[in-house]
Amino acid sequence: MSAIVNGAGKVVDFVDQRITASNWLKRNIRKVFPDHWSFLLGEIALFSFIMILLSGVFLTLWFKPTMAHIMYEGAYVPMRDVGMSEAYASTLEISFEVRGGLLMRQVHHWGALIFLAAMSAHMLRIFFTGAFRKPREINWLIGVILLVLGVAAGFTGYSLPDDLLSGTGLRIIEGGMLAIPIVGTYLSSFLFGGEYPGDDIIARLYPMHILLIPGLILALVAAHLMILWYQKHTHWGGPGKTNTNVAGAPFFPIYVAKAGGFQFIVMGVIVLLAATIQINPVWLWGPYDPSVVSAGTQPDWYVGFLDGALRVMPAWEFYVFDHPITMSVLIPAILLPGIILTPLALYPWIEQRATGDTREHHLLDRPRNVPVRTGIGVAFIVFYVLLWIAGGNDFFATILEIPVNWITWFIRIGIFVLPPLAFFVTKRICLGLQRRDRDKVMHGRETGIVMVSPDGEFSELHAPLTRSQAYELTWHERQLPSDPGPATDANGIPNPNYRSKRAQARLSRFYFGDVVQKPTREELESAHHDGHGAEAAQRDELTSGQQ
Amino acid sequence: MSTHNVNPNGDEHAVVPHGEHAVVPADPIADPGLHYYDERLTDVDKKAERRAERQVAGMFALASLLTVAFIVFYVIVGIHPDDPEDGVNIGDVQVSNLTLGLTLGLALFLVGAGAVQWARSLMSSPEVVHERHPLRSDDETRAAALADFETGTEETGFGRRKLIRNSLLGALALLPLPAVILLRDLGPNTGESPGERKQHTIWAEGVRVLTDVTFMPIRAADLEIGQLVNAMPATFEDLPEHGPERINERAKSPVMLVRMLPEDVHVAPGRENWGVDGILAYSKICTHVGCPISLYEQTTHHMLCPCHQSTFDLSDNGKVIFGPATRSLPQLPIAVDSEGYLIAQSDFTEPVGPSYWERTR
Repeated sequence: MSAIVNGAGKVVDFVDQRITASNWLKRNIRKVFPDHWSFLLGEIALFSFIMILLSGVFLTLWFKPTMAHIMYEGAYVPMRDVGMSEAYASTLEISFEVRGGLLMRQVHHWGALIFLAAMSAHMLRIFFTGAFRKPREINWLIGVILLVLGVAAGFTGYSLPDDLLSGTGLRIIEGGMLAIPIVGTYLSSFLFGGEYPGDDIIARLYPMHILLIPGLILALVAAHLMILWYQKHTHWGGPGKTNTNVAGAPFFPIYVAKAGGFQFIVMGVIVLLAATIQINPVWLWGPYDPSVVSAGTQPDWYVGFLDGALRVMPAWEFYVFDHPITMSVLIPAILLPGIILTPLALYPWIEQRATGDTREHHLLDRPRNVPVRTGIGVAFIVFYVLLWIAGGNDFFATILEIPVNWITWFIRIGIFVLPPLAFFVTKRICLGLQRRDRDKVMHGRETGIVMVSPDGEFSELHAPLTRSQAYELTWHERQLPSDPGPATDANGIPNPNYRSKRAQARLSRFYFGDVVQKPTREELESAHHDGHGAEAAQRDELTSGQQ
Repeated sequence: MSTHNVNPNGDEHAVVPHGEHAVVPADPIADPGLHYYDERLTDVDKKAERRAERQVAGMFALASLLTVAFIVFYVIVGIHPDDPEDGVNIGDVQVSNLTLGLTLGLALFLVGAGAVQWARSLMSSPEVVHERHPLRSDDETRAAALADFETGTEETGFGRRKLIRNSLLGALALLPLPAVILLRDLGPNTGESPGERKQHTIWAEGVRVLTDVTFMPIRAADLEIGQLVNAMPATFEDLPEHGPERINERAKSPVMLVRMLPEDVHVAPGRENWGVDGILAYSKICTHVGCPISLYEQTTHHMLCPCHQSTFDLSDNGKVIFGPATRSLPQLPIAVDSEGYLIAQSDFTEPVGPSYWERTR
């Protein structure tokens, strides 16, 4: 041990004499990190991103980002003497002529899918537990931007091999741009260097994909982590765990070992996926040919909802001064991302308006304890999943053996009906769970022992919770809907802020009007006096009778 | 635990700023205090501790073996054919992929699993509690920071010297323009505007219709009822092998020839002689967002785009019958030349592909 400390000590001594490192280390080396499985989702995103960077650097050593036209003479015989771009040919080279090249391509693609899935799941975790509340709004915004950048990184990468699927994806992007009024054709012309597809696009996407977007992601990830570090992680409430402390394991060694180990586990799982499950075998699709498409083509999962929106949007186009406005493309391809991202980015402030509170929140919410937020989240998931199903409507038509148009119509109607329904059902489920928690605290847990009284009345014995168990169900804050107060004061003078207060109170009532409150101390005490004490006494008799 | 009106940070600025609440009732259960976890088996049982130690070391050792195995497989599983003429054997590539991936993936996984197991079962760190401090600076610091800023502003005279301020703001507002202007040459700056380029293809009067892939001219008699043939204009073959023209026309000019019973065709006024004995030519580029259309249902003459399921009726002038497309498929007027081969009567009479701003009514 002392050898290690001596070795590390020399390094620390060197650094400390130059940048006062010990001061920082002293405060941070034993920094507390709370532990919960759901905190790992963000780590998966980070670690898969590192894997993407490593495999991506490897791929750049061979990939040729040019659309120069060549006749393929490489090792893959079925494509010999086929005209293709150098980009596609070099992708074949990586796959077939570089040992481990196919593995790294598949690691890169699997890593990207997992990166986006983990970011999405992480974001849902943050949302449902209220971890976006003050003081963490900045990190929520950074997270939203990271998600967008992640999709952009994925899509630009998907386009680079210049195979049939990637070209089709770009064609749809072009169609979406053309729908933009006034400047659409110019934007497309600037992006593609003239007419679609031209021979510039891959050389232009390449620096976005390997430099600009990952650079921005890295910078924002750094900011994200520094803010997290500074603010300290949120934690779940419980005995001894309050809004003003943080309980968990020290950064060094526990968190270093667990998170560092988890990094290797995530990398290992991605490599194992790449080893065993083939992904994007571009040699089967062939080089891009704008006049060819294969049926049943699917984009990567994170673009599926946009593709689905394009599929289910009814035909709608009108003219403004003889110029077409193609709403059937504009709405799903251009407006929808904004419609989703704007409320997502602003959500912390929307909820802050409902709670009207500006305090710091470091305790996570159990989703059931904020039924309206949880309902909104589930409604959004249903909305997203419906669009995602729409993106595979042909696939679902095939497995369900029904016409694809039925699925399209189901989504067209369901997109308006099912999210509100999901909101309502989720809210009711949350309220039910809250009521059960309240009953448990008030009356104890059900024992399954049914008693018959001398009068023939059946009743079930309840066993009281331990104090810790009861505290686990009651540590959350009591959030009451706010009251706007009277419109005029005692002297009949109108309150100038009444209107804004009333609007705020309405929002607050929407959020908290139906919440099942945990019992008060008085309620709890009266519940214990109210016959249940006798029940407990009976149970004591019962247990002594059994002995 | 804090209740609604009590502020856990002791920060008076954070008091709930709005409406009145009923008196918030007391919490039912007082905080029983931190529960420290019970000892692990490895803390009390020397045997269990040694077992855990062996497990962790075993995982690390196995990871080393797998890393060596990775190198061995890299060397012995070749993917390069002995004779370059033979080409690669996909089976070899897959064996290489599998062996390299399994060894590397398991090695990584075991290093990680070993570290986690070490932390969980052997590292002796206790649970730690740290206090949080309000993130907001205290009033004194805030006032000092603000005062410093005001001093600085005062020293520049930024507020008083309006001429300097406004000319600086003007200069800064203009500076991004070069960055935008520099992007102008991303698109071509000579010839037609982007909208004009979309107006035409390389189809023209008398251009023969060639089969796609083989590029052979097509006789009307070669097509059977119900048949569909993908086709390109003969002018396509004249385009240079290199450069973007060829692939750009590939994205604009493809057509589908279909032959159906002449009595099945509902001809729109003005299109009476656009077909040849029930042979019609339609653009293959979907009017929704431009995918090449490809799924033809012979009996109904319906044409489905596989990307977003826009469906067009080829027996009814390419009209949209389902899906998000807003326009009929453009039809190419065709005729027969003196040798009996199919030719175009003209270019398309309207732009092919998706709607765009300049495509006026």
